[in-house]
Amino acid sequence: MIVDIQKLAKVYQGKEQVVAVDGIDLSVNEGKLFGLLGPNGAGKTTTISICTTRALPTSGRVSIAGVDVVAHPAIARRSMGVVPQYNTLDRACTIYENIYFHCLYFGFSPAEARGRTNALLQQFHLSERVKAYPAQLSGGLAQRVQIARAIAHRPKVLFLDEPSAGLDPQSRIAMWDAVRNLRHEGITVVLTTHYMEEADELCDRVAIIDHGKILVQDSPAALKNSAGAETLYALDLRNTAEAEQLANRVREMNGISSVEVTADGIRVFAKNMDGLLSSLVQEAHAYGLRDLRITEPSLETVFIRLTGRELRE
Amino acid sequence: MPQPTSHSARYLHAFQGLLLRDLYVLRRELLPFVIRICMNPLLFLFVFTYIMPHMSAGANPTTALASSSGGFGTVILPGLMAVAIMFSGIAAVALPLAQEFGVTREIDDRVMCPLPVSFVALEKIFFSAMQSVLAAIVVFPLAYYIPTVPVQVHVTSWLFLIAVVALASLTAGALGLVIGTSVKPQQIGLIFGVVIMPITFLGCVYYPWAGLKYIPWLKYFVLINPIVYMSEGLRASLTPTLPSMPHVAILIMLTVSLVILSAVGIRGFKHRVIG
Repeated sequence: MIVDIQKLAKVYQGKEQVVAVDGIDLSVNEGKLFGLLGPNGAGKTTTISICTTRALPTSGRVSIAGVDVVAHPAIARRSMGVVPQYNTLDRACTIYENIYFHCLYFGFSPAEARGRTNALLQQFHLSERVKAYPAQLSGGLAQRVQIARAIAHRPKVLFLDEPSAGLDPQSRIAMWDAVRNLRHEGITVVLTTHYMEEADELCDRVAIIDHGKILVQDSPAALKNSAGAETLYALDLRNTAEAEQLANRVREMNGISSVEVTADGIRVFAKNMDGLLSSLVQEAHAYGLRDLRITEPSLETVFIRLTGRELRE
Repeated sequence: MPQPTSHSARYLHAFQGLLLRDLYVLRRELLPFVIRICMNPLLFLFVFTYIMPHMSAGANPTTALASSSGGFGTVILPGLMAVAIMFSGIAAVALPLAQEFGVTREIDDRVMCPLPVSFVALEKIFFSAMQSVLAAIVVFPLAYYIPTVPVQVHVTSWLFLIAVVALASLTAGALGLVIGTSVKPQQIGLIFGVVIMPITFLGCVYYPWAGLKYIPWLKYFVLINPIVYMSEGLRASLTPTLPSMPHVAILIMLTVSLVILSAVGIRGFKHRVIG
């Protein structure tokens, strides 16, 4: 177990007490790509901050590669690399120097640091920009430099906090490739995201987190199956007062797993089958159907199933 | 990865790395650094020990002091060194820290070093002290060449001088750490008016502490100001023709200031980097 989190809780005291993390148990096996999926404010970043020694837990225990992060933060940091949400590249240093000095901090000799830096610059396709300063880089490039720097000391675990926040689609795909390649080096990756595509695409295992609690964790495929591999139809009605009536009618249709009333209309979970869509539309027509959204079986539908909310609400 | 044998060896490597990074960045900004440390003493000496003595005696507020003990230059040489030391601490620690904490968070990578967080703060103090020593040394040739009345300098104890400069420089770094970790970046400009100006003007920089004997309340009030011990310490070790506090008292008070400011600064630093 390379990352082991037990009964982790974090309460922020202030005018209003905020429970950011509410008793999380989590373990990540070596070499895995693990994703924490949840909406903004679910407690993902707080969890990562505690794991990476940048925040202290209110209670509970975290160990990274067998080292307790609260008792021995300086030792634990040797085993981890961190890429926070925001760009923390050293603005006073070039890209080359950012990686080079990072190596020195971790006890590399100058010659080793030079070798490692050059190798990483090549690996991350940054060789042409060695003399550039962080302020001159696009978001995607800066992100790649941050990842290269974070793994420069060959950590066992890499923590990526919302790695694709603010990246354009092309940069995101390049970043995904870079993260996948880390697997060949045997680095365990823990990432947080609120993009279900990202969790689905990248991760071996996903924990869905909401309000500081882990709702479920499994492989993306198993999670999607657990929700019955169902398609979600969200029907928005003009006449929401009668949504309950429509829900009752829909429940009696064939192939329907469940129906929920929402603020805008109803939400139907069903096996994907021919003819269902047109029956639904026909049925809802009388209630003033004004919009229809179909979500194929995905981690998004799993999340909605578990919380009754959409990820990006 | 290289595996040094002990934790302390690892800590030392990380500490050296941080120091090397800071030196490297400073080397790149050498010219602004030199301008920064030269400007204040240069202008001050030029105005008060060159221009003013050339004016008529009546318009010269420094005549009284100048006539007694080898010129106003002798009075303010130690004072200007103290200001140079103190100001380097602010410029090397407080200003960059306020920015790094508030705007860019770029200190994160250094905080993630395999080193206790307090050592990252200590490195800031240490690096700032190195700059303070340089800033103090720069005052010397300026004070030698600019004043019209030659400055009377005599070092009775080199050991005492070195101890004073070292303690004063570290204290200045610690003061910079306290300010940098306790002030919001948007308020950093205010610090000049609220902290730096008062501690400079009331820091026995432009007059010896013994000279305050006619204003007893002020004489004892200024004792809370660490700059007083820096100025007096340098005065005691460089310009023995002027009265100064007892050596032991200076060393004790500089040490006390250093310990208190470091403790407060490191606490603030930890508070800012660890949620």
